[in-house]
Amino acid sequence: MLAKRIIACLDVRDGMVVKGVQFEGLRAAGEPADLARRYDAEGIDEVVILDVTATLEARPARAHTIQAVARELFLPLCVGGGIRNEEDAAAAIEAGADKVSLNSAALADPTLITRLAERYGSQAVIVAIDAKTVDGAWVAYTRSGSAASARGAVEWACEAAARGAGEILLTSMDRDGTKSGFDCALTAAVSDAVPIPVIASGGAGSFEHFAEVFTAGHADAALAASIFHFNTHGVAELKQFLHTQGIPVRL
Amino acid sequence: MIALVDYGAGNLTSVRKALAAVGAQVYTPTGPSDLAPAGGVIVPGVGHFGSTRTLNQPWRHAILERLDAGKPLLGICVGLQWLFAGSTEAPDVTGFGACQGLCARLPDVEPATGARQKVPHVGWNTLALPRWSKLFDGIADGAHVYFTHSYAAPLARGTVATSSYGVEFTAAVQDGLVSGVQFHPEKSGQVGLRVLRNWLTEVR
Repeated sequence: MLAKRIIACLDVRDGMVVKGVQFEGLRAAGEPADLARRYDAEGIDEVVILDVTATLEARPARAHTIQAVARELFLPLCVGGGIRNEEDAAAAIEAGADKVSLNSAALADPTLITRLAERYGSQAVIVAIDAKTVDGAWVAYTRSGSAASARGAVEWACEAAARGAGEILLTSMDRDGTKSGFDCALTAAVSDAVPIPVIASGGAGSFEHFAEVFTAGHADAALAASIFHFNTHGVAELKQFLHTQGIPVRL
Repeated sequence: MIALVDYGAGNLTSVRKALAAVGAQVYTPTGPSDLAPAGGVIVPGVGHFGSTRTLNQPWRHAILERLDAGKPLLGICVGLQWLFAGSTEAPDVTGFGACQGLCARLPDVEPATGARQKVPHVGWNTLALPRWSKLFDGIADGAHVYFTHSYAAPLARGTVATSSYGVEFTAAVQDGLVSGVQFHPEKSGQVGLRVLRNWLTEVR
């Protein structure tokens, strides 16, 4: 049976893992390769490296960070943050990424999704959507959550899938860093609308939150950062919990 | 030396890294004539079955020549599908034909429940091991491995591992010197590395 995936996100800035609360006020959490090694030992299913400042500072995700993490990780590795074009994607993939995550660049030029899917396959192209509630509607935000785009989150997810994205990484900006639970309504709306897997992100604070997003939220995978980084909760314990709830996981 | 055939179907960095981790020496042949020194051949691949069109007659002859010399062949992902007669994904492209049957798209409805299911099949799924094979020596029935694919191979004579996603499909074949895995051993943690290590014991 296909397992629900637990994904650890390493928000990297200047080569160190940091984690922001609602995208502001970052605090350091450690070396990316050290964290990746620990998560692998604990049974993480996948790792995402997100260069949280890359787009704003207009620089590519750092190849050496990717290489250091990829060196000893035999799990799927996704890299996002500052992937603006084919060259940035190629650099990340050559450094050891299996997938790249597009956000602002895809909103600015949706044909980039198709070009990368044709070159590397859809499995290598994740479209990340930062969704925020504005006047009762979910709007896709751009540039690290600093500006609203003209698109609704559900509509944009459907277009991204049609253009060749292999997965959607959906972050609720309303919940991100709050530890109040994933936005299950948002996740279910997107997951039910697209034919590709949806990774839920933003708001994980307890084991129950993961169980909720896999059931009520229809998520295929769930991503978290600080809940794992600061040893609040272990990956292995989380998976044991989900298993006892009847949710299929890789143990 | 293991020949890792690069026919333009995706990125080989991860496969190369995993093979290095299990102690294999790997080279990338520039053409079919370059296969001669290979102690084993790996045909990797992600994406579309149509990309295997590049594996033309000279490549097939060179790979057959290696098999005749007792050197094993391993197909990974689309490389496994290529071992079959063909795929409905690219009906005009002929597969290697070592295994019988056509690869077909995974169903987007779960037949037992009628529930919609996502295609591609992405993530960690369990293996069923209906009979012993060298490839899965030391690996338990029910072990999880990482898949990412929309098309899958039918059950065949050489099927040594299956997995299910709305339909039961071939997760691995091993028939004499010809082996293939639908999952990505290079992305499947310790289980995947064990599969690669097991295959390498066939290389001599």
